[in-house]
Amino acid sequence: MALQDKYKALIDAATAAGVANLAVREQDNVLYIDGDAPSGAVKDQLWAVYDQIDPNFTSGDLVLNVNAKADPGSKVRVATQETALNIRKGPGTDQPVVGKAQKDEIITLISKASDQWASVRTDDGTEGYAYMQYLEPVA
Amino acid sequence: MKRILTMIAFVALVFALPSCKGKSDADIKKDVDAKLASSADFSSLTADVKDGAVTISGTVKDDAAKTAVEPAVKEVKGVKSVVNNATVPPPPPPPTINPDDILNNTLKDAIKDNAGVKAEVKDGVVTLTGDIKKADLPVLMQKVMGTHPKKVENKLTVK
Repeated sequence: MALQDKYKALIDAATAAGVANLAVREQDNVLYIDGDAPSGAVKDQLWAVYDQIDPNFTSGDLVLNVNAKADPGSKVRVATQETALNIRKGPGTDQPVVGKAQKDEIITLISKASDQWASVRTDDGTEGYAYMQYLEPVA
Repeated sequence: MKRILTMIAFVALVFALPSCKGKSDADIKKDVDAKLASSADFSSLTADVKDGAVTISGTVKDDAAKTAVEPAVKEVKGVKSVVNNATVPPPPPPPTINPDDILNNTLKDAIKDNAGVKAEVKDGVVTLTGDIKKADLPVLMQKVMGTHPKKVENKLTVK
């Protein structure tokens, strides 16, 4: 319960921002928070709150997995920091790059291959796999 | 004199009307709703009233709160009986924690954009070492936690 108090501001912010399927539980002195954020902006906001409570995330007492979930068949925005997003032949960074999607480009999410990888298609027809962390649902 | 009598009669009628009718279901519902709203434990409950019989539905956080609903509602004037349909939601599923071999595989992808970062896995605990820019840290942590480890020991030097 102590960890829920420490991260209360984060849990409250997640509830207020409309995070769906929010699950908060403690196990072996680590707090696990999972849920589906309505947008990438909400996810970023929650991480900012986490950084405030635990500067630089050094305490090792929270695993935060609140992701902006996009549905298969929907449009997603490429949310890289600066560079273009690699689109690969298969789900893994050891797979050859078959194309690139620019930062902020809108592409189509075809399906999820795993928790980390999704198969995608760009508007110019390039198909392959991209890292999910860099894909944000388009509101 | 006649006017005063008329007024008295009118005032008496106004006071007499509700008492002879008894408390309406709508009034009971209003009072029950107010009672529920006044307690944080009951704030997500709703009440339906029919002929003074109150049906409570919605969710409460635990069994103790559920047991406490009935006596609290019965305190409201006009309530004849209470059907307690409040439910306690099941606890959330336990967290997903991936085995070390899956973590090792997915971590390779998670850290590949951060050349100065190393990740080691032991019994589900991911230890991060090396250097990182502050601006890159949240995204790296999002990707590392996205692999579903048991715990993340962040020993990175933030520049």
